[in-house]
Amino acid sequence: MTVLDTSPAETVGIAGDRSHRARLALIGLGVLLALTCIVSIMTGPVPLTAETVVKAIFTPEAVELRDQAIVWSVRLPRTLLAVLVGGALAFSGALLQGLFRNPLADPGIIGVSAGSSFAAITAIVLGEALFGAAAMLYLLPVGAFFGGLAATICLYLIATRRGRTSIATMLLGGIAIAALMMAGTGVLIFMSNDQQLRELTFWSLGSLGGASWPKIIATTPFIIIGLLLGFAFAGGFNALALGESEARHLGIPVQILKRTAIVAVALLTGTAVAVSGTIGFVGIVVPHLLRLFIGPDHRFLLPASLLLGAVLLVGADMVSRTIVSPAELPIGIVTAMLGAPFFLWILLRNRSLVDL
Amino acid sequence: MFTADHISLRYGARPVLSDVSLTLARGELVIILGPNGAGKSTLLKVLTGDLQPDQGSVSFDGSPLARIPLDELARERAVLSQSMGLNFPFTVFEIVRLGLEAGRGSMSRAEVLRLLPRALKAVGLEGFEGRLLQQLSGGEQQRVHLARVLCQAWAGKPDGSAFLLLDEPVSNLDIRHQLQTLEAVRRHVTGGGGALMILHDINLAALYADRLVMMTEGRILRQGAPQDVLDRSAILDVYGVDMPVEIARNSGRPFALLSRPG
Repeated sequence: MTVLDTSPAETVGIAGDRSHRARLALIGLGVLLALTCIVSIMTGPVPLTAETVVKAIFTPEAVELRDQAIVWSVRLPRTLLAVLVGGALAFSGALLQGLFRNPLADPGIIGVSAGSSFAAITAIVLGEALFGAAAMLYLLPVGAFFGGLAATICLYLIATRRGRTSIATMLLGGIAIAALMMAGTGVLIFMSNDQQLRELTFWSLGSLGGASWPKIIATTPFIIIGLLLGFAFAGGFNALALGESEARHLGIPVQILKRTAIVAVALLTGTAVAVSGTIGFVGIVVPHLLRLFIGPDHRFLLPASLLLGAVLLVGADMVSRTIVSPAELPIGIVTAMLGAPFFLWILLRNRSLVDL
Repeated sequence: MFTADHISLRYGARPVLSDVSLTLARGELVIILGPNGAGKSTLLKVLTGDLQPDQGSVSFDGSPLARIPLDELARERAVLSQSMGLNFPFTVFEIVRLGLEAGRGSMSRAEVLRLLPRALKAVGLEGFEGRLLQQLSGGEQQRVHLARVLCQAWAGKPDGSAFLLLDEPVSNLDIRHQLQTLEAVRRHVTGGGGALMILHDINLAALYADRLVMMTEGRILRQGAPQDVLDRSAILDVYGVDMPVEIARNSGRPFALLSRPG
């Protein structure tokens, strides 16, 4: 697979121990994320300086009312939503890859996002009639969570036999699940009225256009719980990479680890889908790039994916709202245009791994 | 001490183990011999706790195996399985460290890390720490996993009393590394640990085993010291191959000679 340069000059401490490099990378990514966020808030129809942005955030009274409004009511919530969604998607990608023990799992590619979005669309189209308008605020994220959970569990049962996961079965099973969810979505679109239809378009392409403080406040707890569940067994995924029985021999409670990971993936993907629709490929591109530099140790890969996923989506969001300004290109299109060729590149490099 | 008592196990309707009883004590090197499909690996998986027997029981130091917490068990015994696929680019260091972390009990991190180069030396892979596992040959990968298993056993029981359960640990190795591996296992046993191994080479087994367990069709046909159990009729019964057995002059151990069938 990956050829990694571990020449002595690059390695600190013991050869083959990349934990030092990984810690440095985490710090670097944290700084990069802060810078990307500032640039994102600077960018828009009214350009702001970095100084104005930082002042507006930390000492709002020191800047003009107009700039304060731009930062606080428009760009900051949107940037924060991009951080949350990008981090959640990349983190759940890394988790799924750990769970399936292969680098080709991605919530978008193997149907987890499709499951979430089908459930969310069901909530949009049928929810009001069934539960009343008041329930809608909760129905959407809860539905997205259970949709993602159902898709992940189905796929795991399909792809895993006797503790071994077949990559080919996983990818093909994911295609089948995604297709089934799309068909269900098609039926719902057929049934929906004009106003619902406009809402649905948002789901199919993915967008951060609906960013608002209430949305961020509603999203954050779910994402934090998902991240904590994912971190709880981070080291266990390294042992799991050798196989389920090997992980058990190494003392890892494999069943608990797997169930926790599935719930975490569903929480993170479901929440991301509920607030931004289907944004593909972040979950595969980010962990793969990181493995090239810091290796596959999940104790570092998971937090690094969180940070780089956030950086990537904040960047993609900047592209999506500036490239055809004053109109806006749905962010799902931007990530797919970058991510799909990248996925093909990974596939070609790993041909022996897929072995269809 | 591992005690497997009257174990029977079926895969569907097919009996794989029929009334098998086996013990494994500290200070003892036991080697299982038998043809493909004799139930050797299944028996090992029953001892590791991967498979639950339909009848009979397995205990470790007097407690039922299923009641011992996984992390505690990981400090008492280390397991080498047959083939392992790995889809992520781990370095040799990172793989062997997995064993140290699993076994790590009261030892400090620094103490534990000192075991790592020792384990790599024991399998003849000094200086391989920084290499990627996926880029090594099959035999080298097998030795990396053996180093991981040794690390787990050493870190788990610093007094050397842990058990090694090894499923064909030398299947991909050349003769020099076969001997090197078996010497490492022998040293572990001399140091107070226990080891159970599945091997295919009758003569290597006779050379290293304190006790040979000869299995066929899910049963133990004979078990005992190599000089007591390994003879022409036992080999014929177990493998269906006629091999005259002599005593090797250099080791005093039984030695089976190959001849073409018919």
